Amino acid sequence: MLSKLLLLISNTVMYSTPLAFGALGGLISEKSGVTNIGLEGMMTIGAATGVSAAYLSGSPWVGFLCAGIAGALMALLHAVASISFRADQSVSGIAINLLGAGASLFLVRIVFGSLNTPPVPKKLPRIFSDSSVLGAFSRLNFEVTAVIAFILMLVIWFIFAKTKWGLRISSVGEHPRVADSLGLNVYKIRYICVITSGFLAGLGGASMTLSILSNFVPTAISGHGFIALTAVIFGKWKPVGVYLSCLFFGLAQALVIQLGGGSLLSSQIVAMLPYVLTVIVLVVFVGRSVGPKASGVPYEK
Amino acid sequence: MDRVSKILRSQFTFAVIAIFIGFLVAALVLGATGYNPLEVYSILFKGMFSKPRYIMNIIIKASPIILTGISFAFALRVGLFNIGVEGQYIVGTIAAAVVGILFDFPSYIQFPLVLLAGTLAGGLYGAISGLLKAKRGIHEVITGIMFNWIAFYAGNYIVNLERFHEPGTTTTYQINASGLDPIYNWKMSEAGLEVIRNNEFIREVIGKTSANIGIIIAIIVALTIHFILKNTTIGYELRAVGMNKHASEAAGINVAKNTIQTFLIAGAIAGLSGALSITGVSHRLFELMAQENYGFNGLSVALMAGGSPIGCIFAGLLFAGLTYGGGTIQLEIGAPSEIIDILIGTIVFCMALVSLIPLIINKINQRGGKKDVK
Amino acid sequence: MRIQEDYAVQMRGITKRFGTFTALDSVDIDIKRGTIHSILGENGAGKTTLMSILYGLLNADEGEIYINGKKVDVKNPNVAIEHGIGMVHQHFMLVENFTIAQNIILGMEETKGFGVIDIDKANKKILDIIEKYGLEVDPNAVIEEVSVGMQQKVEIIKALYRGADILILDEPTAVLTPQEIEELLNIMHKLVDDGKTVIIITHKLKEIKQSAEKCTILRRGKYIDTVDVANVSEEELANLMVGRAVNLVVDKSPAKFGDVVFEIDDLYVKNEKDLYAVKGLNLKIRRGEILGIAGVDGNGQKELVEAITNLRPTDKGEIKINGKEIQNTSPKNVIENKVATIHEDRQKVGLVLDFTVAENVILETFNKPEYSKRGIILKDKAVKKAKELIKKFDIRPDDCENLPVKGLSGGNQQKVIIARELENNPDLLIAVQPTRGLDVGAIEYIHKTLVQERDKGKAILLISFELDEIMNLSDTIAVIYDGAIVDTFEQGTIDERTIGLLMAGGKVNG
Repeated sequence: MLSKLLLLISNTVMYSTPLAFGALGGLISEKSGVTNIGLEGMMTIGAATGVSAAYLSGSPWVGFLCAGIAGALMALLHAVASISFRADQSVSGIAINLLGAGASLFLVRIVFGSLNTPPVPKKLPRIFSDSSVLGAFSRLNFEVTAVIAFILMLVIWFIFAKTKWGLRISSVGEHPRVADSLGLNVYKIRYICVITSGFLAGLGGASMTLSILSNFVPTAISGHGFIALTAVIFGKWKPVGVYLSCLFFGLAQALVIQLGGGSLLSSQIVAMLPYVLTVIVLVVFVGRSVGPKASGVPYEK
Repeated sequence: MDRVSKILRSQFTFAVIAIFIGFLVAALVLGATGYNPLEVYSILFKGMFSKPRYIMNIIIKASPIILTGISFAFALRVGLFNIGVEGQYIVGTIAAAVVGILFDFPSYIQFPLVLLAGTLAGGLYGAISGLLKAKRGIHEVITGIMFNWIAFYAGNYIVNLERFHEPGTTTTYQINASGLDPIYNWKMSEAGLEVIRNNEFIREVIGKTSANIGIIIAIIVALTIHFILKNTTIGYELRAVGMNKHASEAAGINVAKNTIQTFLIAGAIAGLSGALSITGVSHRLFELMAQENYGFNGLSVALMAGGSPIGCIFAGLLFAGLTYGGGTIQLEIGAPSEIIDILIGTIVFCMALVSLIPLIINKINQRGGKKDVK
Repeated sequence: MRIQEDYAVQMRGITKRFGTFTALDSVDIDIKRGTIHSILGENGAGKTTLMSILYGLLNADEGEIYINGKKVDVKNPNVAIEHGIGMVHQHFMLVENFTIAQNIILGMEETKGFGVIDIDKANKKILDIIEKYGLEVDPNAVIEEVSVGMQQKVEIIKALYRGADILILDEPTAVLTPQEIEELLNIMHKLVDDGKTVIIITHKLKEIKQSAEKCTILRRGKYIDTVDVANVSEEELANLMVGRAVNLVVDKSPAKFGDVVFEIDDLYVKNEKDLYAVKGLNLKIRRGEILGIAGVDGNGQKELVEAITNLRPTDKGEIKINGKEIQNTSPKNVIENKVATIHEDRQKVGLVLDFTVAENVILETFNKPEYSKRGIILKDKAVKKAKELIKKFDIRPDDCENLPVKGLSGGNQQKVIIARELENNPDLLIAVQPTRGLDVGAIEYIHKTLVQERDKGKAILLISFELDEIMNLSDTIAVIYDGAIVDTFEQGTIDERTIGLLMAGGKVNG
C-alpha cells in the first residue's frame, strides 16, 4: 500500500514538473498582458534543443540552459509580433507552435539523423545521487527539476506579492495606460515577461526530455503546453494556484498510468478522465474566468 | 496612391508576401545547414507537379483541411477561436464509421446518411463548446483542447469495441460499400474497371489514387459560407456579434444564441470533413497513436487564407501541395522534410503580422491628405 | 512676454499634428506660479493635448517648454514628474483592483532590499499628505470600491506624492456633486496657499468663475486670449470659446403633458457585485414630458438603464410601457415595445464601429421585411434608408452611407444613433449622457432634437451628470440617490444648491 502511494506521489511530481515550468511561464506572460498560446511550441523547441545540446556537450545542464535560451528566442518572435507589431496574440501563438514543432523536428533530424534520438549520455540528476539513502522512501528522490520548479513557484509568488516588480507587471497587465502615465515602459516590461515565459517553457520541455525521458521523440510534448495554459486559468492566475493545478494534472496522468493496466477498453476511458474532469471542474468551480484585464489586447501609445 | 494602398491592403497581397518570405526563410535555413535551397525547391516542385497523379493526390489531401480551415475561419469571423476543430473532425469520423457499419441502405440513401451523421455529430460536439462559452463564459480554447483529447480517446475506444473491431487489426471493419464515395464505387464497378483498363489518364489519376468527391463538396461549402456571411441575415448577425457583442446585444441580437449557432455550424463543417475522409479515403476508423492534425492543419490553412472561406481553398491546396511534395525531399536529397514545417510556420507567422500593413497604409494616405483609418 | 522665473510654466509656439489634423497651432501660454489658471475650450479645442504635451504623454512637433524660467525637453512623464509637474486625468488613471496605496506608489515604490516594497514608509508619506491638504482617503481600500470623489482625491495625492508643485487637473468637476466641487475648490486654495500652481482644464464656465484667477481660451487648436476671470462674464467666456454668440439657455415652449406612458414600480436591481444598486425606485413619465434624472454617477443610473433595456435582470418590481410589463423579457422585446435608447457609451454599446453607416442603421431592424427577404439582406434598401437619414439629420460627410462609422466624428456618430432610434418611432426615448464629449454645435443640435421629439408627444427619460443640462432641458427633474428617487420637482421650482444637496444624500426641510 505504502509503496503504491509513494509511487503515485513520485509520478505526480514527475509529470507535473514540465507543466509547472510551462504554466509559471505562461502566468508571467499573462500577468503582463500578453496571452501566450505558443507555450506548446516553446516547450517543444526546448525539448529538442535540450537533448541536442546535452548530446553535443556531454552535460545535461548545458542542455537544460540551451533549452531555456531556445524557448526564449521563440518567445522573442512572439513578443515582436504581439507587442511591436500588435498582431492578434492568439494567432501569433499558433504560428509559434507551428514554427516550434517544425524547427524542433528539423533540428533533431540535423543533429541525430532521425526523429527519435538516442538517449543522452547523462540525464539531469535527482536530489540524492543514491536513492537508497532514503530507505523505504526511495521513491521520494525527486528529480532536481522538480525541486527547481517548486522553488521557482515560491520566487514568483514572492515577486508578485511583495516586490515592486510584481506590482509593476500587474499594473501593465491590468491597465497599461495607467502604467504608461506613471512613466513605466509598458513595452519593455512586456518584452521581458514574454521572453522569460519562453525561457521557462523551454526549461519545461527539457525537463521532459532530459529528466523524465532521456531522449527526444516527436510526441515528447503533445498537448503539455495547452495543459499548462489550462493550469494558468485553473489556478486563477495566482502562482500557488497554478502550481497546484499542475500537480492536479500530474496526479491525473500518474493515475492513468497506475490504474490503466486493465483491458484495452478501459484504458481509453481512463485516459479520457483527466480532460473530462477538467471541464467539469471548470464549469462547476471556476465559471467565468477573469484574468488580467488587459490580457490579449495590444497596447498602443 | 489610392490604387497602391488598395492593393497593399488586400488579403491576397499579404498572403503572397508571406509565402515569399516563407520560402526565403526556409532557403536561409537550408543554406545554413549545408543544403542547396534551389536544389531542394526543384525537388519539391517536381514532387508536386511532375505527374498528374501527384496533382490529384494533392487535391485529395487538400479537401479535408480546406473544410477544417473553413470551419476555423468561419468561427474566427465571429471572434471565436475554434481550436476544437480537431475534436469535431474526429467525432465526425466516428459517427460516419459507426453509421456506415451499422446500416446498409441503398447507396443513394446510405452515402448522404453517413455524411449527415458526421456533420451532425461534429455540429453537436461543437455546440457543447459554444454552450459552455455562452452560458458559463468558459474560454473556447480550453474546452476545445479538452474535447480534442476526449474525442481522440473516444475514437480509439470505439475502434476496440467488439461490434466494430476487425479482428487481427488495429481498425474497425470497413464501412458497408453502399456508404463509400461514389467515385470509388464507380471505379470498382464493371463500367469503371472497363474505362480504367482502356484510358491511361483515368487509370493514373483515378485508378491509382483515392480520388473522391471531397474537393467538390469543399468548394461548395466554401462558396456557401462566403455567401452566408456576406448576404444573409445570419451572416449579418454573426459579423455584428463578432465585431461588437455589446452593441449587438443592446440592439436586440441574441449573443448567446449566435455563439452556439456559430460553433454548431463550424463543428458541422469539421464533422463533414471527417465523414468525407472515411467515405473517400480510409473507409474505416483507425486506432490512432496521436492526433492526426487534420484539425490543426485547418488552422494553418485558415490563417494563411487570412480568414477568408474562399481563400481556404487555395491555402488548403498550397498546404497540401507543400507537405506532399515535401515528403520526397528526404528521399531524394537527404535534407530533412521538416523544412516544410518551418516554411509553413513562417508563412503563418507572417500572416499573423498582417496588422502591420494598415499602419503603413495610414502613413501613405496621410501624406496624400486623407483621413486616418485608425 | 519674456521667459521669467516667477512663471511656473511657459509654452511657446507649441504645434502638434496627428496626421493631417493639426491639434495645436503655434500656441503660447504663460502660467504664473502660485495661481489657479484655467484653460477653456470646447471638446476638441486642444486643451488636453496641450497639457498632455506639458506632462510628457505626447511630444510636440514644434515649440518649447519653460518650467520656472528654464527650458525643459519634456520627453516623457518621468521628466515632467522630475520637474514637479503632476497630472490628474479626466478619465482616472487608476488600476481598479489595486488598493489606493498601491495606486499611489506605483512606479515610485519605496523599497527595502530585493525590491520588496516598504509599505509602512509609503503609508506614512501618504498620511502626511492627507493631513496637510485635507484629502481624506483610506489607503487600504480597493479602488473599485470607493466613490468617484474619493478616486479623484487619490489622483491628487498621487501627484503630490511625486513632489508635484504644478498640478494639472483635466475636467476635474465632471463627476462631482456641487458640494464635492466646493471641497475641491478648498483643496485647490490650500495648494495655492502652499505655493503650488494649479492648472484646470475645463469647459465649464461656472467653475472658472468660481475658482480661477486667469483663463486662457483655445479654439480649434489656436490660442485666442488670456483674460482675468474677475473681469469677464460667463457669456463673454462662452463667446470667446465658440467664436460666436452662444445661447446658454435652451429654447423651449411650455410643456403639454399627455397621460402616463412609462411607469417604474418599486424596482430592485443588483449590480455586478450582487448588491442592490437600485433599491425601490419609482418613476412615472407622461407623453410630451422630458424627465431628467439628476444624480452623481454611481447611484444606480447605469443599472436602472440596463434593467429597462433588459441588459440586466430585474430582481423585483415592474417596468411598464403603455401598461405592458417589459422587465426580464429581452432587449429585442423592449425595442419592439417602442422604447428606444441612446446609450452612454456610443462606441461600445451604440454602434458597431467597423460596420458602415448603412449597416449600423439597420442594426435593430435587419430581420424585418423592409430589409430582408427569406434570410437575404436587401442591401439597397438599407443604403437608401441611410441616405435618407443622413440628409434628414445633417450627418457629415453627406456621402458616408457606405463608410465605416468609425471614421465619423463623435457628434456625427451620435446623430447616426439618434437617427436609428427615432426611426423606431418610440413612445419612450431614453438618452443617457447624450452630449458627452461633443462640441457646442452638436450639443445644441441634440438638445433641439430632444425638445422636438417631446413636442411630438414622446416621453423622454434624460440621464446626465451635467446638472446644467438636466436643469435646462427637463420639464420634470428627479433626483436619484443610493438607488432610489429621492424627490421630484417641476422645472423652475428648484435651485441648483438644493438639488446638489439631495444628490449627495442630504435632506431638505419641508
